[in-house]
Amino acid sequence: MAINKENNNFVPKWSYDAAPESTNHLHLKKQYELFIDGEFIKPTKGNYFETTNPATEEKIASIAEATEEDVDKAVRSAKKAFKSWTALAAKERGKYIFRIARLIQERAREFAVIESIDGGKPIRESRDIDIPLAANHFFYYAGWADKLNYAFPNRNPKALGVCGQIIPWNFPLLMAAWKIAPALATGNTVVLKPAETTPLTALKLAEIIQESGLPKGVVNIITGAGETGAALVNHPDVDKIAFTGSTKVGKNIQKSIAGTTKKLSLELGGKGANIIFEDAPIDQAVEGIINAIFFNQGHVCCAGSRLFVQESIAEIVIDKLKERMKTLLVGNPLDKNTDIGAINSKKQLQTIKNYIQIGLNEGGDIYQSDCKLPEKGNWCAPTLFLNVSQSHRIVQEEIFGPVLAIQTFRTIDEAIEKANNTPYGLSAGVWTQNGAKIFHVTQKLNAGVVWANTFNKFDATSPFGGYKESGFGREGGLHGLKSYVTFD
Amino acid sequence: MSRLDILKTYKLYIGGKFPRTESGRYYPIYDKKENLLANVCSASRKDFRNAVVEARKAQSSWANSSALNKGQILYRIAEMLEGRKEQFITELIAQGVSQKAGQTEVEAAIDRLVYYAGWSDKYQQLFSAVNPVSSAHFNFSMLEPVGIVSILAPEEQSLLGMVSVIAPAIVGGNTVIILASESKPLNAISFAEVLHSSDVPGGVVNILTGSKKELVSQMASHMDVNAIIYCGKDENEIKTIDEFASESIKRTIFYKKNNWDNEESESPYFIEKTQEIKTTWHPTKA
Repeated sequence: MAINKENNNFVPKWSYDAAPESTNHLHLKKQYELFIDGEFIKPTKGNYFETTNPATEEKIASIAEATEEDVDKAVRSAKKAFKSWTALAAKERGKYIFRIARLIQERAREFAVIESIDGGKPIRESRDIDIPLAANHFFYYAGWADKLNYAFPNRNPKALGVCGQIIPWNFPLLMAAWKIAPALATGNTVVLKPAETTPLTALKLAEIIQESGLPKGVVNIITGAGETGAALVNHPDVDKIAFTGSTKVGKNIQKSIAGTTKKLSLELGGKGANIIFEDAPIDQAVEGIINAIFFNQGHVCCAGSRLFVQESIAEIVIDKLKERMKTLLVGNPLDKNTDIGAINSKKQLQTIKNYIQIGLNEGGDIYQSDCKLPEKGNWCAPTLFLNVSQSHRIVQEEIFGPVLAIQTFRTIDEAIEKANNTPYGLSAGVWTQNGAKIFHVTQKLNAGVVWANTFNKFDATSPFGGYKESGFGREGGLHGLKSYVTFD
Repeated sequence: MSRLDILKTYKLYIGGKFPRTESGRYYPIYDKKENLLANVCSASRKDFRNAVVEARKAQSSWANSSALNKGQILYRIAEMLEGRKEQFITELIAQGVSQKAGQTEVEAAIDRLVYYAGWSDKYQQLFSAVNPVSSAHFNFSMLEPVGIVSILAPEEQSLLGMVSVIAPAIVGGNTVIILASESKPLNAISFAEVLHSSDVPGGVVNILTGSKKELVSQMASHMDVNAIIYCGKDENEIKTIDEFASESIKRTIFYKKNNWDNEESESPYFIEKTQEIKTTWHPTKA
């Protein structure tokens, strides 16, 4: 197929004016405490850490650091609250959750801006994806509260007790919603720990929960880093652990609760395969590749970080992809035109840079768009690697940044085999106009979520979660309830 | 003139073949009167690894065989077991089970196979969902087998317990490696003969005999095993399994029950335990 250069010319001759979202409507405090038993209380040891804006490196607020004593307080509060919460009429329980969903919707704009300031993601994404999906998730599970016997016929589902929930920094509010909503709907109580670099929207959610009148102690939100999380995991009165984060930490958690009766669900890393067949809608697929790997700066566990292009169309796809990458605007997360925001933290930026260096050292051919990066803050230009193979570390390991590894294939079987040749199994994508081929390939991919002619789509009704070392248990949909109930 | 009995050599069952353990080791099984019943293979870790290779080879074609076909094969196992009922009862009695309990156990095992044969083309409809997403996609969630399951069979009810955990795993398209009851292993190997004559493809069910203590860590840690089922109550063994399983995020399933001869011991939820949920987003806009 000849390359039509004219079709590839995405780059406009003019530039965008800045279109920043304002921040004067935010209600932010200088210091945030721990949300335990319905109150904001100071940490026992009096330690605080800073949360900063990764785009400007400016401090936003001081955040309480929960130590073992505080974790214990939070778990006790959740344990105390469990009895009456789980005994409450299910309809009433549901109504509280509906109320939380509505309160998030009312304050959606504020939440979106805070999410972008604290985590670095483009306002377009926090406004159109993170916050609405978080509200939808509460709304969805609210409705399940009084219908659980229809979800599990003849099984008499019951709540587990206290759920310790640990969430990552890539979708802070959305992950909080994914954890809290099904736990509450099934009658559990919660101690949630947001990530240390992105605690703000979870703490704002704590304010909403307080406003909603949810009984005290049903949801407790405590902040801190890995040690706080470990204290929560190992607390003897925690009945269930739900963790979203790296496979390495997931393995540690599974190991550390070995021999206990704690129920576990894990949503871990991934190295998603995105497979483009020669009969794919090419322009649509190029957009799909961009969305698969550059959405949220590539800080996505289900990112399509391994691209497989059928050999016959590889040249044109890669050419178009490079052209499209040139148009991606990297910069101020609050600018409505921004496509790629700031890398979440200095530490993560260093991880990504290390992987780029590894890719170069192992002989990969790099391509980066020559976009202008702001001087201050954590930034990474969208990057792709060609001339890599299955054995390269950047093909095998999760980078969690805007770095794409591209390989080609000739046959369907080769694509499937390469796609499945990974310890992970979270997501995959298939691009073709042939409906039968979609079913043929999606059935054979070892992944919990498979997208056809799209990527990185989420919905409260759609179960999400991995195969193999990407974890177990599902979040979203009817199947998401199961992680939070026990049966006779 | 009295006739000298022909004694059976009890071997392992791996990949549809009956090899002796590669280790050359054995352990003796005696009846109540301390008479030798059999020298049973004491399988090694290497035997287990060989079995995993066979289980992996067999897995995808077994999973891709039709639901109806899997159901008919399970039913066929029941037919074959029914035909050899007396042999199984005799073996149980020799290992110290009463005549009545032996008969009940074998009959319950046959019925359990028929029960799961019936589920083969039905459980999917219970656990699948079409999800009403907001975008223009046909979004559905369905079950897929987790892959390879290692199973530590219960010590008591050595036939019924084993059948009760094998049947739901294989009817769901998994392939399995079982470590039989250590104290009562004879039925397990005879059951392999039943499987062998029931159109069960080689490698779908692999049966080992040997020391639980020796093999448990390997069964829990092998990187190509996707899930492990443990039947028993030993807290140390459970902890060991959990710890080794974490190295590859293996799914762990523990059955702490003693009695497998009741209605609570059979349900589609036993099938669901060794299934994954795959969610597919299919475009609906042309």
